[in-house]
Amino acid sequence: MSEKIRKRDAAAAERITRIPLKYPAPRAWWICFAFSLLLLLSFAVSAAVLLISGVGVWGNNIPVNWGLAIANYIWFLGIGHAGTLISAMLLLLGAHWRNSLNRFAEAMTLFAVICAGLYPILHLGRPWFFYWIAPYPNTMTISPQFKSPLSWDFFAVLTYLTVSILFWYIGIIPDLAAVRDRAKRRWQQVIYGLAALGWRGSARHWARWNQAYRLTAAIAIPLVVSVHSEISLLFAAGPIPGWTSTVFPPYFVLGAAFSGFAVVAMIAVVLRHALGLGMLVTDRHLDLLGRFLLATGLMTAYGYVAEAFDSLYGGELQDVGTLMDRLVGAYAFSYWGAVILNFLPLQLLWFESVRRQPLMLFLIGLSVTIGMWFERYMLLTTSLYRDYLVSSWGQYHTSVWEWGLYAGMLGVFLTPFLLFVRFLPVISTFEVEEALRETGDLRHA
Amino acid sequence: MREPRPGGDLFGLLAEFDRPERLVEAVKRARKAGFTAMEAYSPYPVEELTEALGFEENIVPWLTLAGGIFGAALGYGLQLYTNYAYPIEIGGRPLYPWQSFMLITFELTVLFAVLSAIFGMLLLNRLPRLHHPLFDIEAFQLGQSDKFFLIILSNDERFHSKRTRTFLDMLDPVRVEAVEHTEQPE
Repeated sequence: MSEKIRKRDAAAAERITRIPLKYPAPRAWWICFAFSLLLLLSFAVSAAVLLISGVGVWGNNIPVNWGLAIANYIWFLGIGHAGTLISAMLLLLGAHWRNSLNRFAEAMTLFAVICAGLYPILHLGRPWFFYWIAPYPNTMTISPQFKSPLSWDFFAVLTYLTVSILFWYIGIIPDLAAVRDRAKRRWQQVIYGLAALGWRGSARHWARWNQAYRLTAAIAIPLVVSVHSEISLLFAAGPIPGWTSTVFPPYFVLGAAFSGFAVVAMIAVVLRHALGLGMLVTDRHLDLLGRFLLATGLMTAYGYVAEAFDSLYGGELQDVGTLMDRLVGAYAFSYWGAVILNFLPLQLLWFESVRRQPLMLFLIGLSVTIGMWFERYMLLTTSLYRDYLVSSWGQYHTSVWEWGLYAGMLGVFLTPFLLFVRFLPVISTFEVEEALRETGDLRHA
Repeated sequence: MREPRPGGDLFGLLAEFDRPERLVEAVKRARKAGFTAMEAYSPYPVEELTEALGFEENIVPWLTLAGGIFGAALGYGLQLYTNYAYPIEIGGRPLYPWQSFMLITFELTVLFAVLSAIFGMLLLNRLPRLHHPLFDIEAFQLGQSDKFFLIILSNDERFHSKRTRTFLDMLDPVRVEAVEHTEQPE
């Protein structure tokens, strides 16, 4: 490795630690931030209306008592999964190119999981009693029903959130120390100093850190699989046609990875443009994200086919009826919306020139994100609105407060994410440097 | 490895290098010269450094395993106990269905394994520690990617402020600095 390349790449890596201290693009950031605060306001209002008036303000009703709230819960949780998968799986595989993506992908996970976790709580009816799901010694001497999917949810989301936060945090500590050492202003030194926990980069610290980081990664992978298959198991726990197909667990997990990769691709394109990180998030990274998107997309498509096949091959009338409801029923728009938005633009990713084009990748990612939202919506409503009892057939119409809450949740996601971009190193600098040392060139890192 | 107690005049001697390879070389030579109480610092993990220091420890993996086992026992035990103390018999279903208990058991296994891995790592590293004598050294900055440090602590048996400094100078570092004890409470 020539000295010149080394210096150039080291300079590129150093640039990231400078971002939190001297932010390069304030105006665009302020516009985005104002917009996300507006969305956050929508959250506050919608949540307040919900708390005052009760869940009745939503369009949920019997039989469709899982409307947007649960569809969005699954959607957000799914988006979160890609962050953990990128970081943990690729860390264990030793794929150095992950270093340019993992930090913001993990941050995305974190905020998406928070949004996801809020939904079932708000959906409870009396959200202020949500802690009743937790097993704690209470004066009523009752405990949660552990055979109920609701308490599975509690443990799954809690664990997933805790593990995501810890994994992300120990990954960022060394970079926080680097920012601390560069900070010139007192308040920055104090804040970053506290956050870095006094990290000094000692060899013994690194050795233990490596063990803990890799172990957490290894444990996080089965966790991702378990959390999303838990959701599909939760579906199967209720006697509803169309929710009992055995392809559901892998289909849910892959769909989650699919939507997550789509959002990671979108964020990568935007960040790289906004912060001038073209040197670190290269065309090759976009190309690899495109490949991942294509691969997980095709696996999700297999899930669609297998699900239809399952209903037809099983031949149970109600299942076939639900399949028909999906194809031509009252909510057929969501099925076809999902199929078209998920899989048609996706086919463009077969071409390398498309994968390397940021704008195209962004648009395909957007299409998949919306498509996957349609899929979650479709899975819920088309099954619920006509279940086994003809007497309880009914329609579901989303209400304005559901949409208000959904827009607000995007604010709950975007606001901390923008703060993260502004105040923390968005790319793992020390891992980039480590990869640099091992591979010699940033471009191949 | 214990750090020197406050009270003496020196905490240690710090040598700065500009390449990880030089630091690894310096650590090897210091060990050969008989020093034992030393520590090396790098802005990113350098595997050879850990080997050169002769540092082998597998406490973190064992802690993780122990945490996982504890979590599993806690998760399963919790469900078993509550179903025993508050039996809910519905539809003739078994009182202790291990299948439906597995999910929470698994989640708590993961939770406690990760908690003990990460907090164990912090504990073994004596973190958080918000002040350290090294932070008083102007040149000690991890923000620079090409700064690597070797410190020989003053509680080393062979430590002698003049002779050790001469030894460190021989290793061809960028600079050698004396690290004082900090006056802040430890």
